[in-house]
Amino acid sequence: MTINYFEHDLTSLHEQLVNKEVSAIDLTRATLDNISKTDDQLKAFISTNADDALAQAQKIDEKADFSNVVTGIPLALKDNMATKGIQTTGASHILEGFKPIYNATVVEKLQNAGAISVGKANMDEFAMGGSTETSYYKQTTNAWDHSKVPGGSSGGSAAAVAGGQVPFALGSDTGGSIRQPAAFNGIVGLKPTYGRVSRWGLFAMASSLDQIGPFTRTVKDNAVVLNAISGFDQKDSTSSQREVPDFTAKLSGDVKGLKIAVPKEYFGDGIDAKVAARVKAAIAQLEALGATVDEVSLPHTKYGVAAYYIIMSSEASSNLQRYDGVRYGFRANDVKNLEDLYVKTRSEGFGDEVKRRIMLGTFSLSAGAYDAFFKKAAKIRTLLIEDFNKVFENYDLIVGPTAPTPAYGLGEEIDDPTAMYLADVLTIPVNLAGLPGLSVNAGFVDGLPVGLQIIGKPFDEQTVYQAGYAYEQASRLFEQRPTIAKEY
Amino acid sequence: MAETTITRDEVAHVAGLAKLAFNDVELDQFTTQLGDILNIFDTLSEVETSDVEPTYSVTENVNHLREDVANNWNQKQDLLNNAPLEAADLIKVPAILNGEGE
Repeated sequence: MTINYFEHDLTSLHEQLVNKEVSAIDLTRATLDNISKTDDQLKAFISTNADDALAQAQKIDEKADFSNVVTGIPLALKDNMATKGIQTTGASHILEGFKPIYNATVVEKLQNAGAISVGKANMDEFAMGGSTETSYYKQTTNAWDHSKVPGGSSGGSAAAVAGGQVPFALGSDTGGSIRQPAAFNGIVGLKPTYGRVSRWGLFAMASSLDQIGPFTRTVKDNAVVLNAISGFDQKDSTSSQREVPDFTAKLSGDVKGLKIAVPKEYFGDGIDAKVAARVKAAIAQLEALGATVDEVSLPHTKYGVAAYYIIMSSEASSNLQRYDGVRYGFRANDVKNLEDLYVKTRSEGFGDEVKRRIMLGTFSLSAGAYDAFFKKAAKIRTLLIEDFNKVFENYDLIVGPTAPTPAYGLGEEIDDPTAMYLADVLTIPVNLAGLPGLSVNAGFVDGLPVGLQIIGKPFDEQTVYQAGYAYEQASRLFEQRPTIAKEY
Repeated sequence: MAETTITRDEVAHVAGLAKLAFNDVELDQFTTQLGDILNIFDTLSEVETSDVEPTYSVTENVNHLREDVANNWNQKQDLLNNAPLEAADLIKVPAILNGEGE
């Protein structure tokens, strides 16, 4: 059989599994076929694990318990989530061949629920980048135009969903790495509240910012997946003990009385005029649906990029010390002594963007720079959080564009790191404040998707989804398909 | 506003701290790029923060405590399988000091 994921959401796949119209093994085989049909165009996967996935699917069919909505449904994982016995590279040369000896908590949760991971999606090396171009392995393309970047760092996960290979995927978001590729590919991506989803087994980039979240084609699917991966985990000391609500509970299509704030800074310099117009039209639609919309100010927004790149690089430089060529992954040849082994392995094993961030972080934490950079950035972080707190005293949600531009051409921006960093201005503040942020498709500019970003109060993903769902159902934009959809 | 500059020698020093080595071309390239990025970082000095407390994490938690129970995961062989070089059930590395042969 074949499966066209543009014609089924997770709820419909679940019903077909319950009614035995389709089996887990059918779906798994069809998904692997989808990948082999289109991955020469999308290049979304670093590796697939067909044997393992089919064996798991067979067990699920034998057990025949489809009580969980994700049971028997295939997915893709970003290749920075540990999968036991299955190569996990972080898209870095330094982890080539590395097979973790345990599963990340999200992997364990999905596996226990009976979802079937078919492969590991491409990404920027160690999630450092916004275009998936820093991957050591391959260049993923945008699902709508294969000459454009898919965004990043979770570009493989986004392209795999938007290109119809899989019904859902997980990504990770440290400064926009779920929301921006979701926007570039016209799909739904959520960065949950910091602490909502366990980070155990996620390769750490910046531990105070990283969160795992879902990529899906619809808002409801997204909420269904978040239900499956959320919750307290003893193994992650920052995971929240708060109760996990049903994230689908407020998906009524109604936004009457919802108070929405639009920060004027999110439409400032550097935001493409056509993108701004699309997003303003989307906000007008939310208003027409009954929400109240006011302009507000988040005055420290322009300092977000600098604060973020100091904090993120400092945490990353510390986290990436573990890659030294001793215990796993790549080890350089022809070394004189242990010190030489560290230096040669790291110099040959890391790409330039990773080295740049390790250098920035090491510098920001060094004796002469600590107060002026690392500590200063942490104080700016406080001011950014206070900006959000003030707005949330009077509003339920903050909305604006997800990214300043639509997807750009492959190779166009990668040689200009400062331009790449500045493009993260709209997504970064959400990570610094630990808030939930959703990107939903707000329409197209010159044939390329544009994202509407919806930001909520801490742990209020329900209201974020409520607005995203209402907009999606009113706009029906999720019914638009890229050309690649004809392949299935 | 004092502009932070970074010299080629400072970049080489930071590379040493980070256990990275650069050739001459890379060192020039990184010195220019890091200088450009530090100029962005410098904008923070515009903001008065003497009365602001720093935020290092947004977690609500202090710590999760558990009983300190010894647990053998029996994964020694799996761990060793990932090591680039092993000998006698141990991970093998080159000599720590120069001149000490194997």
